[in-house]
Amino acid sequence: MTNSAVTTAFAKAAAQNRAALVGYLPAGFPDKDTGIKAALAMARAGADVIEVGLPYSDPLMDGPVIADAVYRSLKGGTRVKDVLDTVAAISSAGTAALVMTYWNPVDHYGVAAFARDLASAGGSGLITPDLTPEESGDWPRVSDEYHLDRVYLVAPSSPQARIAAITRLCRGFVYAASLMGITGTRDSVSASAVGLVARTREYTTLPVAVGLGVSTPEQAHEVAAFADGVIVGSAFVRRLAAAPTPQDGVAAVRELTEALAVGVRRG
Amino acid sequence: MTSPPARPPAEPDIAPVPDRAGHFGEFGGLFAPESLMAALEQLAKEYEAARHDPRFRAELDELLRDYASRPTRVTEAKRFGAEHAGGCRVLLKREDLAHTGSHKINNVLGQVLLTKRMGKARVIAETGAGQHGVATATACALLGLECAVYMGEEDTRRQALNVSRMRMLGAEVISVTAGTRTLKDAMNEAFRDWVTTVDYTHYCIGSVGGPHPFPMMVRDFQRIIGVEAREQVLSLTGRLPDAVVACVGGGSNAIGVFHAFIPDGGVRLVGCEAGGDGDAPGRNAATLTYGSTGVLHGMRTYVLQDDEGQTLDTHSISAGLDYPGVGPEHSWLKDTGRAEYRSVSDTEAMEGFAALCRTEGIIPAIESAHALAGAMRVGRELGPDGLILVNLSGRGDKDVATASAWFGV
Ligand SMILES: Cc1ncc(COP(=O)(O)O)c(C=O)c1O
Repeated sequence: MTNSAVTTAFAKAAAQNRAALVGYLPAGFPDKDTGIKAALAMARAGADVIEVGLPYSDPLMDGPVIADAVYRSLKGGTRVKDVLDTVAAISSAGTAALVMTYWNPVDHYGVAAFARDLASAGGSGLITPDLTPEESGDWPRVSDEYHLDRVYLVAPSSPQARIAAITRLCRGFVYAASLMGITGTRDSVSASAVGLVARTREYTTLPVAVGLGVSTPEQAHEVAAFADGVIVGSAFVRRLAAAPTPQDGVAAVRELTEALAVGVRRG
Repeated sequence: MTSPPARPPAEPDIAPVPDRAGHFGEFGGLFAPESLMAALEQLAKEYEAARHDPRFRAELDELLRDYASRPTRVTEAKRFGAEHAGGCRVLLKREDLAHTGSHKINNVLGQVLLTKRMGKARVIAETGAGQHGVATATACALLGLECAVYMGEEDTRRQALNVSRMRMLGAEVISVTAGTRTLKDAMNEAFRDWVTTVDYTHYCIGSVGGPHPFPMMVRDFQRIIGVEAREQVLSLTGRLPDAVVACVGGGSNAIGVFHAFIPDGGVRLVGCEAGGDGDAPGRNAATLTYGSTGVLHGMRTYVLQDDEGQTLDTHSISAGLDYPGVGPEHSWLKDTGRAEYRSVSDTEAMEGFAALCRTEGIIPAIESAHALAGAMRVGRELGPDGLILVNLSGRGDKDVATASAWFGV
């Protein structure tokens, strides 16, 4: 089996002695076109992997910044098709794109159909914050069939046995939630992140990326010292939300990406 | 009509369903962020240990008896049956007479004792009608725990009495302004709190929904309703009822009263959902009638959702039934055919409300009024030989403003 675009992106970052920069944006925010432009700007400014959020009505892992954005995206009429179009735009520009999604929209679409359509849009796989290995059903088999990555989360509270089971099922990378909480920017990187990454490495050789609460170049630099990837979400979404015009929003996303891309360099 | 022979009270093993991972057939299970998995595993383990611990049982039984006033009575609603239910004999299980005014206290006392057992100092809850919030605030006051209750802004308005009660009892009430500002949104917010504070906080879910072990555990704490009622009906009438009727929001009072009757094949189990003001999407909360299988709030169950799996808005005159999901055991009971679910409109529910007020001198909760309206229909179908047990899940003090506006009095 060939390596996924995500695997290649992490390997390239490692070869350049830096952590991979993973940026999150919800599809359709503030509107479909601007969302795509922002993602492409992010890719050109140095993001290695882009997580495209599939807006969901009940985002219970998300803080107010992302929850408000996906609410507005849904009110604007965003559908799965728009998410896949966003993925296609990013992947055809040569950057790895994953879909970050709560499970019900995929379940409702049909796991096999979703995998097929994601693969044909050039998507690399799924990040699934509310799917446990126990309830994964057909997803492992279907994702094998379409060569899609499976990114599950580990948390500071995860016991060793769960980390072992989760990492066994992951492909692409492992998402380490830096803290016990929901998405949103924080003043400092949680102290639990270092330990979690170390515990995760006992069970896997996959790259481990740290997310939740990372928003500044300084924090990215701190995380890059011990993790293979740095995941930033709310900080981007907040800039898009605060911008007076869509163009300003895209510019703000580009600037933050450039600064973060410097931050993820080691040494 | 000859009465079926009275059988001894059913005391089935309370775990033929779900399986160890919380599945009721294809429903239930555990869809949760990894941050909560350790806490959910701890809860399942502690609950299993507590369930077999005679001291825990004794402490809970004592609280249920001396504090919550159990067993609650079964009383006959003679005029209601004669005038509104086709002459059918109607018995009421009086959960409205339990301390705090609804069945919610049964579950809360169990979970709050478990919270103490787990060494946690804080309890959070979601509430729609405010009855679960009041029960949680009450138990936390009694046992000296910190309490925060999430409630949709719309519900804080229509159930204002219960907001005052919770505050009086020392709880913090947090008004939620997301979405339709009702129960679902309160539950989302409670989960967000829990993910952040799970070290020292227990999330006391108020119905038989959520990730495993909640649907099973809350069912077990509520099944005392049916265990008592089955014996009470037998000793009052010498026979089992033809039908047991309850309203279904998340489904806890319904499972509570149904469960002991599940082995009694001749007893119909009838759940009454909120039909709101129509069958169009967004105009009701009748999940089992209009919904389809999906995943919401940690469980696989029937969900009111659109063609892309986005949860639909809901409407009901009753805050406690205004929810787009339902406990997974009900989904299973529906699909296996053991229970039947009907949609009861706002208008029918308010007819049931008025009927009970005027014929029995009991002001029911608007949630419970859905069951009364259902019983009026079932009673007319059964006729004068029929015997119906209705779970009167709560009293209606909290609803007088809504009812006054409805009736223009
Ligand atoms: C009196 C009463 N009955 C019923 C309900 C609905 O909940 P459940 O379906 O879990 O019994 C509520 C919920 O708030 C309630 O207050």
